[in-house]
Amino acid sequence: MAPADAADFLDALKRRLGADRVLTGAAPMAAYESDALTAFRARPRAVVLVDSAEEVVDIVRLCAAAEVPFLARGSGTSLSGGSLPVHDGVVIAMNRLNRILEVDPVRRTAVVEPGVVNLAVSEAAEPYGLYYSPDPSSQSVCTIGGNLAFNSGGAHCLKYGMTSNHVLGLEVVLPDGEVIELGGDSLEGVGPDLVGLFVGSEGLFGIATKITLRLLPKPETFFTLLAAYDSLAAAGEAVAAVVASGLLPGAMEIMDNLAIEAAEAAVGAGYPLDAEGLLIVELEGEEQQVAAESELLLEVVRQSKPYLEHIASDPDDRARIWKGRKSAFSAVGRLSPDYIVQDGVVPRSRLGEALTKIQHLGEEHGIRVANVFHAGDGNLHPLILFDGRVEGELERAEELAGEILRLCIDLGGSITGEHGVGMEKRQYLGEMFDDADLDAMRRIRMAIDPGELANRGKMFPDAEAPALLSHGPHPLEVAGVISRE
Amino acid sequence: MAGGPVTGVVHQPGSAAEVAEAVRGAELVVPRGGGTKPPLAVVDGAEVLDVSALSGITEYLPSEYTVTALAGTPLAEVEARLAAEGQYLPFDPLLVDAGSTVGGTVAAGANGPGRLRYGGLRDFLLAVAFVDGRGEIVRGGAKVVKNAAGFDLPKLMVGSLGRLGVLTECTFKVFPHPESCATVRVAGMAFDEALEAAGRVGSGAVELECLDLVHGLAGWDLEIRIGGRSFALDARLKRAADLLDTDVTTLSGDADATHWRSRREFGWAPPDASVLKLPLTPATAAVLEQVLADLDASHVARVYSAGVQQAFVAWPVERAADMPSLDRALAQSKLTALALRAPADASNQPILGYRTGGELLRRVEQALDPAGRFGRLG
Repeated sequence: MAPADAADFLDALKRRLGADRVLTGAAPMAAYESDALTAFRARPRAVVLVDSAEEVVDIVRLCAAAEVPFLARGSGTSLSGGSLPVHDGVVIAMNRLNRILEVDPVRRTAVVEPGVVNLAVSEAAEPYGLYYSPDPSSQSVCTIGGNLAFNSGGAHCLKYGMTSNHVLGLEVVLPDGEVIELGGDSLEGVGPDLVGLFVGSEGLFGIATKITLRLLPKPETFFTLLAAYDSLAAAGEAVAAVVASGLLPGAMEIMDNLAIEAAEAAVGAGYPLDAEGLLIVELEGEEQQVAAESELLLEVVRQSKPYLEHIASDPDDRARIWKGRKSAFSAVGRLSPDYIVQDGVVPRSRLGEALTKIQHLGEEHGIRVANVFHAGDGNLHPLILFDGRVEGELERAEELAGEILRLCIDLGGSITGEHGVGMEKRQYLGEMFDDADLDAMRRIRMAIDPGELANRGKMFPDAEAPALLSHGPHPLEVAGVISRE
Repeated sequence: MAGGPVTGVVHQPGSAAEVAEAVRGAELVVPRGGGTKPPLAVVDGAEVLDVSALSGITEYLPSEYTVTALAGTPLAEVEARLAAEGQYLPFDPLLVDAGSTVGGTVAAGANGPGRLRYGGLRDFLLAVAFVDGRGEIVRGGAKVVKNAAGFDLPKLMVGSLGRLGVLTECTFKVFPHPESCATVRVAGMAFDEALEAAGRVGSGAVELECLDLVHGLAGWDLEIRIGGRSFALDARLKRAADLLDTDVTTLSGDADATHWRSRREFGWAPPDASVLKLPLTPATAAVLEQVLADLDASHVARVYSAGVQQAFVAWPVERAADMPSLDRALAQSKLTALALRAPADASNQPILGYRTGGELLRRVEQALDPAGRFGRLG
């Protein structure tokens, strides 16, 4: 874009929103230059603070007319770099679109704007005995719009699914500014599931401006069991036994010793520091059913010979147990100046094998790896610890991360369970899918957004960019598109 | 079997590659599995791709909660295999005894009353392989219970009615079957009364497998199915019944199982009637009642199913000529219907009433089927 055109474009943004809601320049935009994947930064052309869906539509139309790439950003908690700005593009900051428009206890739905914080939905539903099920660890800050774009998960996905399973209807701005309605307020639909296609599309199909969410009745009671083992494998075997018993717990989580140590130091959850593997299993539902199931659960878990077991005694005790688990990511910051979180998935029966291999890979690279994972659905969260100030450590950490992703593919799993591909795992999408599969996805993208304006550069492997595995500067860094801290 | 091929050309591919070849060679083609939902497998002037030879369970890993089967596999075979391991398909497929297949069920996107407990096809379809309109074999999703990589093509194929691709293989998430199930039933209620009672039980603490309202001769019957550990079942049934505050009858064991099997086989509908599925909510059920009343059709057999999230309406064969009026009335009331069954000579419009997402669908069709070999929905 010629400088004069660029100035005209910025003027048009300012005319629409007012100069105070169009941020330009290094200092005002600094907070928007990266997300929770802190290793990468990119400088946008402008950050716009929108107040309404109409403003989103108008900004998208201005971008489309000027062929300027754009992306929506909520709280910037993406662990895959999904909300990393597009170089010289526009960041549409959605946080002010944070109204809960309706909670309907009869339909059991909530209609929300995309900037609403995940936990706020459950808080608004609470008076009706309802809650919003997907519970990413960042749920107190992350927004529904971002959850939707990346199909976020959480600890309770095996039984009740991910974000996609809880989105019923959408109002969407397509990348050319056309506004459409998808789905409705029923759990059922007719015709191709376009809501399902849109959720998890990583911002590549446009921006959701109004979202109808499904709410669930709050479980009447919980039974939360903590079991400590002297090996990680034993904790994994306990999970297999629970599955084989026919029980369907709401959550099954495992943490290794390093993760336990970090969580304990951060929040004092009462975890046994000497455990090599810590299992959290939670049953939830109505009292009689949970009472009957908990007897069976205890029987099964005791056969796996934990050296210590603890049943949450009251809601505060349960909250403490979960606080430790949910703070594990940030707690790892106490152990290491930097870390990369991966979230590959393996078939549950191969968890033990995967963990052993990850441990060996870490040793080979001389890098510490802490493991926290959703054992019920085989979703690993290896936390790769490194010090970005030490020459070459980031590259080694990235190399290890790549090997872990390949391991997940080899074991018949996925490169991401809930964080999305984003910027970080683009190179690996082509290893998980064949050319024909990727080509079909690319054709859908190009049919919806021929100018590739919406969140350009995310998800698809870039033909020109070699894999992150190559040593030395990242190719996008060489091209001046991104830079590291 | 109703709804024969219009062109007389029927392909019977034995592999995904042969499906691809048949698609590449056809101008207009529509897939067919068990032929249990004829309105979805009949397109004027189309060749038929009979995928029934693409049959068999290719992988079943009970400990992973996953099963993979070729598209033409009868669901009865899948269900029997799962039952032997104490597992089931929680979306509760329809017309299983009638011969419905894996691919046809996914393409129809239709779920049974049991979808209430854990969700429908969209919640339990993990991975797909299909042949797109260019004759390319495409895979989407992953054969593990959690995955967020790439566009969610499995969900796109749910309800795609064969218009975006010909499914060749599907992987489902499965769950352990409840140890035992039983049903409590209240007969002969007024509609508003039944709807209110459904809301009361539905929002109570007892977790339900099914909650259906059935239009009967003497008013509406409310049916509530509960499943779980045998040990706790009686207490839970009593708890649900207490919320109803009226006389209930109870079905258990084989009687319970037979009752719900008949529901999903459309045993409640006259055999020659069209059967429509309509997504709705407890708040919009009354809207459908009004539409039917306005069309002088308050007598037709119908069920509000899965916690009143969908209705099944049996449109009488003698009123087949009024389908266009029904289509208009539904559109005006913002209701949508899918014809799952229709008389052989009826119009083959599968979707009636209100539509959303047209522009996005048009672009997706352009991407996956640029030549329009599957016909157009959008």
